[in-house]
Amino acid sequence: MKDSKPPLAKGGLNAEIQSRIGHQLRAMYDDVVRQGIPDRFAELIRKLDASEPGTPQVTPRGDLDVKNDGRD
Amino acid sequence: MPLTDSLRDEILASVPNLRAFAISLSGNGDRADDLVQETLLRALANIDSFQPGSNLPAWLFTILRNLFRSDYRKRRREVEDSDGNYAKTLKSQPSQNAHLEFEEFRAALDKLPQDQREALILVGASGFSYEDAAKICGCAVGTIKSRVNRARSKLSALLYVEGTEDFGPDDTVRAVIGNR
Repeated sequence: MKDSKPPLAKGGLNAEIQSRIGHQLRAMYDDVVRQGIPDRFAELIRKLDASEPGTPQVTPRGDLDVKNDGRD
Repeated sequence: MPLTDSLRDEILASVPNLRAFAISLSGNGDRADDLVQETLLRALANIDSFQPGSNLPAWLFTILRNLFRSDYRKRRREVEDSDGNYAKTLKSQPSQNAHLEFEEFRAALDKLPQDQREALILVGASGFSYEDAAKICGCAVGTIKSRVNRARSKLSALLYVEGTEDFGPDDTVRAVIGNR
């Protein structure tokens, strides 16, 4: 048996087709969004953050025995 | 502005959306992640040019979109392996029917001209306003609107009109062509 797409009017951009397309597009997109942040990127940002080139005011993080609490 | 903790967190929080955009544009999971990585590196290297209070996702999407386009020009006509690679990026395999429908949709999306595809994704999936999408693509709002409309009508033609042969010729046609 063939898939049951209803034979919709030719050339007609009807609302049903449009909502189906919108739904498929978001389903495809949201499937990736739901995967969250892969470690690779969290790691990347962490590393860059630690070695911040060109912005000398940034202090190294994590490897100093300094508390950050009193900042504000 | 300098890279503050909150800005860094916001950039990281944009990653899922950037990946979805990259995969939707390129149809290739591995390449998409490379694009996202390159985007993050560029963003951090150019963080001084980000205007505080302006739309961070739009700024990041602009970087990714421009990287994709320059990369695309280089790679044009290179191996297309979108189906296989895309499937790998899916966490859960959809049921077979849903999977077929998904592949069909993906294939149709890939047939759109790039301008139309990116406009449709930005507005229809990423949720940007026409105005923000126009800024990201560096064109007029009216241009985005017409690209989105053309993308929609082309997709519907590809998926729901050209596909009508799936139903087989109707009785009248069958009688005319003498199909037994």
